[in-house]
Amino acid sequence: MSSMSSMSSMSGTSTAAAPARRRTSKLGWNLLGLVVFLVAGFPLYWMLNTAFKPAKDAIDPDPSLLPTGITLGNFRRALDISDFWGPVGRSLVVSLSVVVIGMAVGLLAALAISRFVFRGRKIVIVGILAVQMVPLVAMIIPVFLLLNDLGQYDKLTGLIITYLTFILPFTVWTLRGFIVNIPRELEEAAMVDGCSRTGAFVRVVFPLLAPGMVATSVYGFIQAWNEYLYALMLLSQEHQTATVWLGNFTTKHGTEYAPMMAGATMMAVPIVVLFLLVQRKMAAGLTAGAVKG
Amino acid sequence: MSAADTTTPAKVPPPRQAPPPAGPGRPRRQRTPGGAATPWLLLAPCLLILVLVMAYPLVRLVTLSFQKFGQPQLWGFQSPDWVGFGNFTGVLGDGEFWAVVVRTIVFAVGCVVLTMVAGMALALLLQRVSGWMKTLINIVLVASWGMPVIVATTVFKWLFDSDYGVFNALLSKLPGVDMVGHNWFASGPEGLAVITLLVVWGAVPFVVITLSAGLTQVPKELEEAARLDGAGGWGVFRHVTLPILKPIIVMLTTLSVIWDMGVFPQVFVMRNGHPEAEFQILNTYSYDRAFVVNDYAQGSAIALITVLLLLGVVAVYMRQMLQIGEVE
Repeated sequence: MSSMSSMSSMSGTSTAAAPARRRTSKLGWNLLGLVVFLVAGFPLYWMLNTAFKPAKDAIDPDPSLLPTGITLGNFRRALDISDFWGPVGRSLVVSLSVVVIGMAVGLLAALAISRFVFRGRKIVIVGILAVQMVPLVAMIIPVFLLLNDLGQYDKLTGLIITYLTFILPFTVWTLRGFIVNIPRELEEAAMVDGCSRTGAFVRVVFPLLAPGMVATSVYGFIQAWNEYLYALMLLSQEHQTATVWLGNFTTKHGTEYAPMMAGATMMAVPIVVLFLLVQRKMAAGLTAGAVKG
Repeated sequence: MSAADTTTPAKVPPPRQAPPPAGPGRPRRQRTPGGAATPWLLLAPCLLILVLVMAYPLVRLVTLSFQKFGQPQLWGFQSPDWVGFGNFTGVLGDGEFWAVVVRTIVFAVGCVVLTMVAGMALALLLQRVSGWMKTLINIVLVASWGMPVIVATTVFKWLFDSDYGVFNALLSKLPGVDMVGHNWFASGPEGLAVITLLVVWGAVPFVVITLSAGLTQVPKELEEAARLDGAGGWGVFRHVTLPILKPIIVMLTTLSVIWDMGVFPQVFVMRNGHPEAEFQILNTYSYDRAFVVNDYAQGSAIALITVLLLLGVVAVYMRQMLQIGEVE
């Protein structure tokens, strides 16, 4: 304990010793940081900038880097070019269904592998991890044929089932991370006090797990929402989802970039906001699991 | 108990495994009656779904790659014939395939190396900037991390547009550079370089944020001790920081390899759904064979080869994850 405090006081004096040098080097780092900030943020900025730009300024060969005026015309045009709300509605239906099913089924499985000791547990864990590693692209051919055989081609249910291939393992593994971080002793104490195992889960674990479940759901929703390949292959043009809508934007109407950026903005903003809300929680869950190792 | 017995007869363990005596004081988790069956009951729905949507297609992928399966078989006019290794010899004997393999590996390695180096550099930079700058950069990183891939792809398409793209305009502002009207996608290597940039831009935030979290766990005392022993900035990084971060770096690298070998929409959408021969990577090539040429069997063979190529990397990743999962 005393060595700890002497250590911290020592480092305290060393920071006080060279404040001037610190400050100039900090300035250098901050300038570099500013460059990183500008470069990394530029694609985002340019998307928003173009989306709100008057359409004729967007096709200026020497574009102004600063906003030239704000208009919603591009958004109107994007909504006119082809049906937007239909694809968005379908994306919502698919993503929400996948998340609900994934959560219900995944929670049970996560409990099994994190709270029970049983023979075969390790194989299940390896299996769930391994399944996440199979590239989606490799699966598209057999999945396409399978849905074709089941008569589920071009049906939202078919797409929902297919999305479970990546949402379900992800949900199980992430929830497992959150459950492992809830001390088993809490449950055991509740059981000593007369709760059944289920009771202990509902009263003790569930409230502690709820934030993690929300974060996992939101994250799963984002993944399902962003998926492109399956949505492209398993639904026809008239039943396309939002990502396919955006991916098709140029092919049908030449290169109308300003409305395309308006479409991109409409797709991105809600997702980025959701992501900002849960990212910290997800990162905490991931690193908390890692610290244990 | 009986319900699970019927579903998984072979897997029900003996009533009670001898509890490891090594947990003194801390009671081992209690078993409720029927404890052996409960976990399998809980797992059943999940395993059922995974068997339907994963295991079955995976098996089908393997069998397909040994069959002749084209348009007539798809519509059921003809039943698929077994052709042994015919698809594989066909694929492996094709010079174009090997060009695609080399291109894919160069592309993926480029993406992974750039992602990891940039990610590490940024994580170290974040430690050195002031608090407000750190917040600013973090916001941008998380926002670009959250960008849907398709959105990011369309944005990059616009940035690098030959006529009105801002990138050409900015480059042309440099003295002696005239890039007005330059088409980045006229040649494969240049176009793939743009796609690499897009992939790296999207992948770096995750790496930075994970490495930053890892860096906070590097004990300051160790760094100071190394400095007192005369290590310079690079020495401290090389001999203190890197070894401590190694597990995280291995995990991030393997994940990046897996993700970057799985790149599809970026190339596909960037090339308007018809990647030219110069842009084909294994995934688009497999897709092309299956859905454009309508040779589903050869497409499957290519996909299977891709999966096999990845197996080694996956094994490393899994070992790392299991080591983390072990202690709980």
